[in-house]
Amino acid sequence: MDVPLFLIFAAIAVACGVNVVVQRHPITSAISLIGVMGSLAALYLLLGGEFIAAVQVVVYAGAIMVLFVFVIMLLNAGAEGRSGRSWPVRLLGIPFLVLLLGLLSFVVQAYAPKTDRVVFGAFTSGGPRDIGKLLFTEYLLPFELTSVLILIAIAGAVVLARKEID
Amino acid sequence: MRHLWLIPALPFAGFLLNGIFGRRASKAVVNAIAVGSVALSFLWVVKTLLSLGGMETPHAERYFTWIESGILNVGFELAVDRLTAVMLLVVTGVGLLIHIYSTGYMAHEGGYYRFFAYMNLFMFFMLILVMANNYLLMFVGWEGVGLCSYLLIGFFFLRRSASTAANKAFIVNRIGDFGFALAMFLMVVQFGTLDFAGIYPAAAEMPAEQTAGILTAIALLLFVGATGKSAQLPLYVWLPDAMEGPTPVSALIHAATMVTAGVYMVARSSALFLQAPLAMDVVAIVGLLTAVMAATIGLTQFDIKKVFAYSTVSQLGYMVLAVGVGAFGAGIFHLMTHAFFKALLFLGAGSVIHALSGEQDLRAMGGLRKKIPLTFATLLCAAVAIAGVPPFSGFFSKDEILLAAHHHAPWMYWVGVITAAMTAFYVFRAIFMAFFGDSRGHHHPHESPPSMILPLAVLALLSLAGGFIPVPRFLEPLFPAEGAHHDFALVAVSVGAGLLGIGLAWLFYVSKPGLADSAAARLGALYRLVYNKYFVDEIYDATVVRPLIGGSRAVLWRGVDAGVIDGAVNGIAQRSRDLGILLRMFQSGNIRSYAAWVLLGSVFVLAVLGVMGGLR
Amino acid sequence: MEGAPLSWYLILSAILFALGVAGFLFRRNIITVFMCIELMLNAVNLSFIAFSHKLNQVDGHIYAFFVMVVAAAEAAVGLAIILTVFKNRASLAIDDVSSMKY
Repeated sequence: MDVPLFLIFAAIAVACGVNVVVQRHPITSAISLIGVMGSLAALYLLLGGEFIAAVQVVVYAGAIMVLFVFVIMLLNAGAEGRSGRSWPVRLLGIPFLVLLLGLLSFVVQAYAPKTDRVVFGAFTSGGPRDIGKLLFTEYLLPFELTSVLILIAIAGAVVLARKEID
Repeated sequence: MRHLWLIPALPFAGFLLNGIFGRRASKAVVNAIAVGSVALSFLWVVKTLLSLGGMETPHAERYFTWIESGILNVGFELAVDRLTAVMLLVVTGVGLLIHIYSTGYMAHEGGYYRFFAYMNLFMFFMLILVMANNYLLMFVGWEGVGLCSYLLIGFFFLRRSASTAANKAFIVNRIGDFGFALAMFLMVVQFGTLDFAGIYPAAAEMPAEQTAGILTAIALLLFVGATGKSAQLPLYVWLPDAMEGPTPVSALIHAATMVTAGVYMVARSSALFLQAPLAMDVVAIVGLLTAVMAATIGLTQFDIKKVFAYSTVSQLGYMVLAVGVGAFGAGIFHLMTHAFFKALLFLGAGSVIHALSGEQDLRAMGGLRKKIPLTFATLLCAAVAIAGVPPFSGFFSKDEILLAAHHHAPWMYWVGVITAAMTAFYVFRAIFMAFFGDSRGHHHPHESPPSMILPLAVLALLSLAGGFIPVPRFLEPLFPAEGAHHDFALVAVSVGAGLLGIGLAWLFYVSKPGLADSAAARLGALYRLVYNKYFVDEIYDATVVRPLIGGSRAVLWRGVDAGVIDGAVNGIAQRSRDLGILLRMFQSGNIRSYAAWVLLGSVFVLAVLGVMGGLR
Repeated sequence: MEGAPLSWYLILSAILFALGVAGFLFRRNIITVFMCIELMLNAVNLSFIAFSHKLNQVDGHIYAFFVMVVAAAEAAVGLAIILTVFKNRASLAIDDVSSMKY
């Protein structure tokens, strides 16, 4: 069952990803991005990451993307116009993207062990209990620091979104 | 502890007091501080020497460790032995007299406190020089007196010639000091110490096959230092120009004390020089050549101070000859008597100049015998002393040297005798031109004040009787006599040469005044050569100074500095600017183009890593 | 029972990342560009999780978790910045925001 499941969700992810990039209207892109995130959550489950799959759906697809959609609605963003004034992008964009993808694939093919297979159920320590244990022992300091980071982000957002900026 | 440090510290305190507070103090206070500090120093010297007794062994006092680095350990260490004792008495004694004289001579000059501050500073450094118990501390004094010499030659710094002469003295002395410094480096390498007490026994024990190289090098380098400070060939050129300074300075620094530092240093290093016979020969020949050459120049000069300056160079040549032939005691003896009579000559000349309100040209003097009789009498004492007329001081010391020279090599004796005749001639020529005949100037001479006459009188007494001080015998424990016997014939010849010189001077300048000019005219080219000091200054100017200045200007300034260094600096700045103008094109403000560059960079890094296999 | 090879996951991750880059380069709406950044972050997260499975360690999950936290904070601040930019310029075109230059 593993391979068909992977293929299905990978296909959805790539299709939605392409849609994110090619759609001219931001709201369509946002919906497609939610699709990418949902299929990625399924792939995380296949990889044994139960907790991270749940967080992916709740935080990413739920909270963050809602924020995006909210802003899009708030600004009443329409389809983007054509302005393209950046010659490096036109010059370097496509060839180097192809080159990047080729290089990454080459690296993966060349160096990733070919015999390794991802079998569902082989990795069982991706539950909340294991992650929580690690988070509050070994990664306690970074974890606490994230709270400071989020506090700063909140303060920054509040300051930036005020009506008047002096 | 005998508190030797007080001897140099007292003049130093005087320097500080006068230098800091002298501007606002009255002349009487400045006088009291300057003369008082030197007088106290002199008294302390006398007291110390009396309490030390025979001084068979040096009395050293170490105050603190000055430099400690690896094997090198240099202490601030003062010492007194018999050689230093002689030097101390000469320096503080003559120094005291000249300080007293200066209070009268400088009374009408500006910068009064400055002059005495410098003089006291000079005393401090000179005392450090003679009391130092290692070469480095001696070098401190050595450099310090050079500094004071510079400051005092350029005392009338508004006069261009004075500041030029000061620079000349300073720069020429640097060449000698360079030799001294190199000698010290060699000593550190060879002996691992700079203490006299450490070097001399080690040098004496060195086997002969080793001494030829290293000790000769050290001795010759030390002698290079001595040629600078003691105005020997080829570095003597600064001393005649140094007469730009006030006359008491000429007497104290450029006749009696500082210029003899080279002789003192060679005598102090006798243990090194005696192990290096080649260096000794060089020293003797340089001294002899200097003596002859300076004496011939002295024959033709018309500036009274210049005559005495060349006389000083010539007499220093005698002293260097003495130490060069191994007669260290005789050299120091002549150093002392020379300090007496040459200081007297300069002070007397100063008195004449003072009386004539600044006139220095002998041709504008004449007939002063009646006008300033006391000055005349004292100058005459100095003249007979330097001419070697028995039984005055110069006779004894010069004869010691000539006998030692004869013992070493007879031809040196004969050259020395000819020089002695010339010495007598030029000194009496100056005396006769200034004091005899008719007055050629338009001045109204006046006798000098008592503060100037008193030192003259004391020095006259010393010049006349100083020869009876048995300096060579006193120094015998340090410098064993070479066994030169007093040969009556040799003595008679040298005395005769001196009297001949006096007689010729009388003939030329008193009895037949026109003879000198006609003789000069008959000699023609030779006379002009000597009159122009063998064109040595011009030769140095053409061979050293001008190429140096020209080279500095054309190559170092226009070429290296303006071309290469400035060119490189400005070029780098200009290239950076050009590159910046080019690079700021990337800073377009467009976020997407930045992203494109980042993509380019990451692809590049990935590719490099992939090619080099660095991903594993 | 055979699963999909690890390299498939990694190549999927690379494809999604490249798509994110492409969107960043070619889209001109600031909000879309921002979403492409999120897409790239997600692609990297997939790699973390895949490697975590391969190495049988939970640390990759922790990293993915932290990436999410940073993404959340970034979204908050970034969207606030977008709001401000829009307020000042009445435009969402990224090429109009180019005053920070030489």
